[in-house]
Amino acid sequence: MTSPSTPGIVPGRLPADAIAENFDDLHAPLAPHEVQVAADRCYFCYDAPCVTACPTEIDIPLFIRQIATGTSEAAARTIFNQNILGGMCARVCPTETLCEEACVRELAEGKPVEIGRLQRHATDMLMARQGHPFTRAAPTGKRVAVVGAGPAGLSCAHRLAMKGHDVVLYDAKSKPGGLNEYGIAAYKSTDDFAAREAEWLMGIGGITYEGGMALGADLTIDALSESFDAVFLGVGLGGVNALGVAGDDKDGVRDAVDFIADLRQAKDLTTLPVGRNVVVIGGGMTAVDAAVQAKLLGAQNVTIAYRRTRTRMGASRYEQDLAASHGVQLLFDVQPVAVHGNGAAVEVELEYTVDHGKGLEGTGETIRIPADQVFRAIGQSLTLDGGLEMDGRKIRVTDAGRTSHAKVWAGGDCTSGEDLTVVAVAEGRDAAEDIHKVLMG
Amino acid sequence: MADLTTDFLGIKSPNPFWLASAPPTDKEYNVRRAFEAGWGGVVWKTLGAEGPPVVNVNGPRYGVIYGKDRTVLGINNIELITDRPLEVNLEEMARVKADYPDHALIASIMVPCEEEAWKAILPRVEETNADGIELNFGCPHGMAERGMGSAVGQVPEYIEMVTRWCKKYYDRPVIVKLTPNITDVRKPALAAKNGGADAVSLINTINSITSVDLDAMSPQPMIDGKGTHGGYCGPAVKPIAMNMVAEIARDPQTHGLPISGIGGVTTWRDAAEFMALGCGNVQVCTAAMTYGFKIVQEMKSGLSQWMDEKGYRSTSDFVGMAVPNVTDWQYLNLNYVTKARIDQDSCISCGRCYAACEDTSHQAIAMSDDRTFTVIDEECVACNLCVDVCPVEDCITMVELQPGAIDPRTGKEVQKEYANWTTHPNNPGAVAAE
Ligand SMILES: Cc1cc2nc3c(=O)[nH]c(=O)nc-3n(C[C@H](O)[C@H](O)[C@H](O)COP(=O)(O)OP(=O)(O)OC[C@H]3O[C@@H](n4cnc5c(N)ncnc54)[C@H](O)[C@@H]3O)c2cc1C
Ligand SMILES: Cc1cc2nc3c(=O)[nH]c(=O)nc-3n(C[C@H](O)[C@H](O)[C@H](O)COP(=O)(O)O)c2cc1C
Ligand code: SF4
Repeated sequence: MTSPSTPGIVPGRLPADAIAENFDDLHAPLAPHEVQVAADRCYFCYDAPCVTACPTEIDIPLFIRQIATGTSEAAARTIFNQNILGGMCARVCPTETLCEEACVRELAEGKPVEIGRLQRHATDMLMARQGHPFTRAAPTGKRVAVVGAGPAGLSCAHRLAMKGHDVVLYDAKSKPGGLNEYGIAAYKSTDDFAAREAEWLMGIGGITYEGGMALGADLTIDALSESFDAVFLGVGLGGVNALGVAGDDKDGVRDAVDFIADLRQAKDLTTLPVGRNVVVIGGGMTAVDAAVQAKLLGAQNVTIAYRRTRTRMGASRYEQDLAASHGVQLLFDVQPVAVHGNGAAVEVELEYTVDHGKGLEGTGETIRIPADQVFRAIGQSLTLDGGLEMDGRKIRVTDAGRTSHAKVWAGGDCTSGEDLTVVAVAEGRDAAEDIHKVLMG
Repeated sequence: MADLTTDFLGIKSPNPFWLASAPPTDKEYNVRRAFEAGWGGVVWKTLGAEGPPVVNVNGPRYGVIYGKDRTVLGINNIELITDRPLEVNLEEMARVKADYPDHALIASIMVPCEEEAWKAILPRVEETNADGIELNFGCPHGMAERGMGSAVGQVPEYIEMVTRWCKKYYDRPVIVKLTPNITDVRKPALAAKNGGADAVSLINTINSITSVDLDAMSPQPMIDGKGTHGGYCGPAVKPIAMNMVAEIARDPQTHGLPISGIGGVTTWRDAAEFMALGCGNVQVCTAAMTYGFKIVQEMKSGLSQWMDEKGYRSTSDFVGMAVPNVTDWQYLNLNYVTKARIDQDSCISCGRCYAACEDTSHQAIAMSDDRTFTVIDEECVACNLCVDVCPVEDCITMVELQPGAIDPRTGKEVQKEYANWTTHPNNPGAVAAE
């Protein structure tokens, strides 16, 4: 019998029912009574701070009041007007650092209005009850290519279609959704929500999806800008930063995002192999997601090793606590120096670090922890090179996503700004508005 | 999407939500912002006669009643009519109306009960191009002592007389705003109708003292150690207002007289309820004062969603639909039998239904050692109190017994036929059913 303590990287550490329970919704949908109580707590603030804190500026007090008065569909429309991926954002947004952090009741009582869960209630309700809620404006005769069908691309394509433009949506992968489909933790997007949402979104019409089309291989920016009136790039961050330490290439060492993508696409999670001793190198949301999901698959020991102090960690305190509550060990102020093992990883060697204000330095003191599986989660990078001006490692944009190429806009993770689903949605939407303005003169 | 445009007395507005005459409509600045925020119309803060305007107190002018979590349930005020010069108000009204021709703008007026006073002000109001006037016969404090406001509204003969003057000196619609501080609202409504009023609006505020400062031993709001009664409004007054509306709507003498509903309208549903009881539109004050002008967005989206769901294309489709179902107690069907049912899955075992029924009703709820609460059908008179005090929506419901079933309380079979008190054997004045 395979169990959490079975050595090596093996599938089936937990029985099917335990796996099913582990990967169920992180936050179950609110029951009707909970919805009422939660909605009643909103004060309908003036020029509300939660709205300012939301990158897509959803009119939160209004939608909550619409829920409170029994019109959740109207509430959903208020949400979708600003954020067509409001359903996914309700599930994945780190609300504790966005709207809910700004809620005046967080200040007053340390207990914000549960904005994320109320948003989920409203959006679920509308998506279950009726088809697509928006109609397209009269055709403009303009055609726009959108490359990348992640949140940025989907949001851009939808807004463009709504304005009456025809959109071809290209993606290197066969399925649309980007990291919604391949990256977000499974317990945040259950029941194939990413795929259902993408299909529902395209229900507006006027969007042709072309999967398996990669920019750089099948498409070029020049050719696209020749044949379309405008181009939007929402290609995200395809590459993963290397560890650059000895033993980085041993068996058992891999990218956290690949592990997560396999997990998200697995038909049966009991067939997905996971190590007994898993070490995740990194400190962001990806690190937490990889660690927690490894634990939920049945890994016996899971450790996140982050090179700086806790307060510098990309993952919010809420995410850190989530990891800790699942039994993930969090190590701070340690950086990897080597992966040891004969062919396959057996141990990770970590060096303690200090930061005296002149950058991070190793102290020379190291520890070794058992590791048959090591995940790299130290950030992703842009792989595209289309002759566009860059801003550091990302595409340089001004205003609403304008690049150095007059016919090309960009948004989402491939441009600067926080790497969050909701930010990608906002940038895609705003670029679409700008494209519309330019095309319609 | 449902069409919210309304036509009230020939006055068109983009939606049926008007701001009532009060601080929200006090001046040009407010009204412009209100229209921008989406309100369909305004009744301008009540104008007084030419000359030095009234003065307000300079201390607090509001008292308040809270629900849990400081939800505002009712506000009371001791504010007077406008304290700004007539000339200024008229100029502002003319400017706003010129810029917002599609929005309703009504002038509220309160001048002394003399024909000359009305004759003097009406042509000047007409010049502003306002869509109509509303006669403030309601204000219960400050003005009444000077023989205006509710002092007029409480005397039907005066109402009729003043309304007649207004119809004589003014060509556009005349709305008479009624005070609830009377015994039978049908009398002033009929007087208004007889005077030629195009519509009535109700209610103005209700005489009230909201609280007493127990250290100073003075009513609040307290002005230098003393207080006075004020006018009560907000969600708390809605049931009183709706009853008065219904009384006017169903009385044969006033039935059909257009009504503008006022009193506690806070959500789309409140508005729909007033309108179902016969109001062509509604006016709002306290909700705007509590939450700001933006509150109208929920009213509009909510009413529109509900109308779509019900298949109503315009507001006139459902205005007055509930009026035929408002009846007298003696005509209620005594053969309609229901029992309370507790849904054990949603019950959180607080025991409030038990306390209510055991201590103050009919001892019809049983409580087990493990805090399971069940209804004893033999005792349940279907009063509904348990439903009302239960904190969980739809946890307790009233279930109808079908004809043929035995009511365990009376041991009698439930009858299919309608039968009311007028024919009941216990009624000494009963007439035998045909
Ligand atoms: C593991 C993980 C967990 C995360 N969890 C959260 C979370 O809980 N909450 C949150 O707010 N954010 C989270 N994020 C961040 C969030 O997923 C991203 O910020 C967001 O998806 C960015 O959207 P995007 O559209 O810019 O890019 P992506 O979602 O990356 O989509 C880019 C799309 O472009 C396609 N593409 C790439 N290159 C090409 C090419 N050359 N040609 C054609 N198509 C191409 C890709 O296939 C992909 O479909 C997480 C990220 C990761 C990696
Ligand atoms: C502060 C205040 C001032 C008011 N002033 C007037 C007024 O000048 N003229 C008038 O007709 N009604 C006046 N009212 C009454 C309102 O127009 C309205 O009839 C009443 O508040 C009930 O509606 P509500 O429950 O929506 O507030 C006033 C109400 C308040 C709260
Ligand atoms: S609301 Fe407050 S600040 Fe404004 S006038 Fe009244 S007392 Fe003064």
